[in-house]
Amino acid sequence: MGDLTVLIISSIFINNIILAQYLGACPFVGTSKKMETAIGMAGAVVFVLTLAGTITWVINTYFLVALEIEFLRTIAFIMIIASLVQFVEMFLKKSIPALYAGLGIFLPLITTNCAVMGVALLNVQDELTFLTAIIRSVAFAIGFGLALILFAGVRERVNLGRTPGPLKDTSIGLVTAGMLAMAFIGFQGMV
Amino acid sequence: MAKTVAQEFKKGLWDEIPPFRLVLGLCPVLAVTTTAENGLGMGLATTFVLVCSNMLVSLLRNNIPSRIRVPCFIIIIATFVILVELLMQAFAYGLFLELGIFIPLIVVNCLVLGRSEAFASKNKFVPSLADGLGMGIGFTLSLGVLGAVRESLGTGMISGVKVFGPSFEPFEFMVQAPGAFVALGLLLCVMNIIGKK
Repeated sequence: MGDLTVLIISSIFINNIILAQYLGACPFVGTSKKMETAIGMAGAVVFVLTLAGTITWVINTYFLVALEIEFLRTIAFIMIIASLVQFVEMFLKKSIPALYAGLGIFLPLITTNCAVMGVALLNVQDELTFLTAIIRSVAFAIGFGLALILFAGVRERVNLGRTPGPLKDTSIGLVTAGMLAMAFIGFQGMV
Repeated sequence: MAKTVAQEFKKGLWDEIPPFRLVLGLCPVLAVTTTAENGLGMGLATTFVLVCSNMLVSLLRNNIPSRIRVPCFIIIIATFVILVELLMQAFAYGLFLELGIFIPLIVVNCLVLGRSEAFASKNKFVPSLADGLGMGIGFTLSLGVLGAVRESLGTGMISGVKVFGPSFEPFEFMVQAPGAFVALGLLLCVMNIIGKK
């Protein structure tokens, strides 16, 4: 049990997927201008990343490794993620319309979110067992959501102030993200 | 087509230089630019995928049904990514280990998919080739510059050659994660200042 707690805490805070591993930086910058969109994106990522982490692990272990066709991993994973996103979209539209309306346009965007693909590849690279792979996927997803929502909050405040011309928008956003990343380095002493 | 091939090529180098003007494909930009060499290597790998996929998408653009075009583009891109992965494993093993999971992640680099969707699927073969090459070179240059800035400030040298005097204290912050964000933000600011004049 203790190991799992350490795994969860280190995946959320210390190895935060955006601020320490640099994965998923595009949606991090792109959808953080407003709190609402940030929350929508965070929700969609938690949902898809958990599913994708689980399914890619199963496919990799029982299909790619069993048949010794690991060189097809990239193409297999991206197809799994793309079809998963499509499937989740259709399923939500039919059975949970409220959630579908909430996540809206963020679902299709997740296909090209490197956080999802990155976690799937990291799970394979670190040779995790099934249970730890799922738990780490969830923890990474929570870390993504946390960083995104925190960043959106800070960014909304920054935009209220007067920024020097050339630094406006993305530029100051990236510098702010750097400060946030620095704060997250402080968590390194925790475990 | 009002624009000439040369113009399509040139826009990728300054007007629409990828990680700065179009804020796309940020993950590799932040992750692998700890040294200039890694940055350039990643840039070249991405350029290869970008040029090849742009060419193939533009050749097949009339045969791909528009409703399923994105999955088709992704398969084309993934094929070239696997190709690059195997080539690097064979000929540049050190760089392959250094870049790690960021090579397969070229497949989800929004820059590559973005150019297929926004340009190659609507244009003829030669302009698409020029667009891919221009964007790729622009991307490589940006990664190289960012890598050089971070490496020189963070370790005091560029590929083993000391660039500052002996009293220079390496600014380790720059080669860690926060430095990546700050350096990219400040470079963007510098580009905005130059672009205004």
